[in-house]
Amino acid sequence: MTTSDSTIQNNAPCEVQDEAIRVMDLHKSFGMLEVLKGVSLKAQKGDVVAIIGGSGSGKSTFLRCINFLETPSSGQIFVNGEEIQMRPDGSPVNRRQIERIRTRLGMVFQAFNLWTHRTLLENVIEVPVHVLKVPRAEAIERAKVLLDRVGLRDKADTFPAFLSGGQQQRAAIARALAVDPSVMLFDEPTSALDPELVGEVLTVIRDLAAEGRTMLLVTHEMKFAREVATHVVYLYQGLIEEQGPPAELFENPKSARLQQFLKTVG
Amino acid sequence: MELILETLGLAKSAELLSLSPPGWGANLLRGLANSLQIAFGAFGFGLVIGLFGAYGKLYGGVVVRDLLAIYTTVIRAVPELVLILILYYVGTDVINQVSQAMGYGRVEISGVVAGIWVLGIVQGAYSTEVLRGAIQAVPPGQIEAARAFGMPPFMLMRRVTIPAMLSFATPGLANLWLIATKDTALLAIVGFSELTLETRQAAASTRAYFTFFLAAGALYLIVTLCSGAVFARIEKWSRRGQPSLRGSNK
Repeated sequence: MTTSDSTIQNNAPCEVQDEAIRVMDLHKSFGMLEVLKGVSLKAQKGDVVAIIGGSGSGKSTFLRCINFLETPSSGQIFVNGEEIQMRPDGSPVNRRQIERIRTRLGMVFQAFNLWTHRTLLENVIEVPVHVLKVPRAEAIERAKVLLDRVGLRDKADTFPAFLSGGQQQRAAIARALAVDPSVMLFDEPTSALDPELVGEVLTVIRDLAAEGRTMLLVTHEMKFAREVATHVVYLYQGLIEEQGPPAELFENPKSARLQQFLKTVG
Repeated sequence: MELILETLGLAKSAELLSLSPPGWGANLLRGLANSLQIAFGAFGFGLVIGLFGAYGKLYGGVVVRDLLAIYTTVIRAVPELVLILILYYVGTDVINQVSQAMGYGRVEISGVVAGIWVLGIVQGAYSTEVLRGAIQAVPPGQIEAARAFGMPPFMLMRRVTIPAMLSFATPGLANLWLIATKDTALLAIVGFSELTLETRQAAASTRAYFTFFLAAGALYLIVTLCSGAVFARIEKWSRRGQPSLRGSNK
């Protein structure tokens, strides 16, 4: 694993309190198949880490292990400096700790996963009101601001099934923002969209990056990754093959596999 | 009114069905009330069993899954009439033995409670399967999203799984409710005076079999029609947010 990595070199004294995510030697197997073979990653507050790689490289699995949607097989995960307690087999010791940490990680899915029996506004206020116990009126005010921000204020009372994929994904981003997450996890947010709808979603994510949101972004959009990321990680068959600042990684890929990968995805 | 009945030759029937004696109408309505009470209780009890059963079958361990498989298989295999006899006599016998062992003597078991318990267990087996299917029809991503935002399991069930599965479960549950209303008639065999038994008694006393059974049939039909309207509303509400299969112009 290459460790020529700007974020790891940055050993300022305030490192621990500025640390958003630290993953150490993460392994994950599905039965006999080892999908992650020891992946380590650090993200400081304000970092936008793009995770790229071919199909089956383990990039989505890696992201889903961070909030325990997949149970890791072994390794260590720290969120805002707090270590998630795991048993030796990787299963969580304390369900409540996982739930508490999950509320700090706003996740956006490839398939949007909005709750179809609730309107956009209801989707956005659901977690603040019921999980975080924010007063309903306050949550509604904030949800309106967020929907406005993603350009969906006039769709607040519409059900997700009546909207385009791009609109649904923007609503899903508003839902993730509603918990005021310390880190946002994007799992291929544009892969399920028609090409002409990709732009509107990327615009929203670009704005979030510009305002200094910490993000982990699994994506196939190389141009976008290069533009918004502060750090890019290339995964190959469950290991970090190469990582570094986007300009370096995309201009001067050292590993032959990354060169090949960048050639095929154009 | 009297004249119309007279000309149609229904004066005698009207008299037999009138609410005050010598009419038997009040008995029929009392029977109907008993039937509905049991159907309601049994359906509700069955739903509770069904919800636990469905979750047990989907998320439970090996032992829980096996026990539930036995429960649903046996209950759905044995004819309901036989089950009612078994559960009724076994249930009352067990309660009496327990009560005698504790030195209380025989207890009188209310027909309504016994009926709800017996039919509820039967309904529970069918409910388990209806709800299991409905939960599995919920897109997994919606449940995953709730987990990803830190919802605890019980809140997830209440806020996401149940509302999302309701539209898939309603048609099956409406069937179960209608079956429950009619299964109450089987309780006549253990001497519970629900609508069918009341009807039989009225018919036997007056020899007006046709009149009374037709009236009972009409009462069952009215219950079904009203239930249909209620379930249609529930289904419409639970399907909010889902585009119509007929297209958007409907």
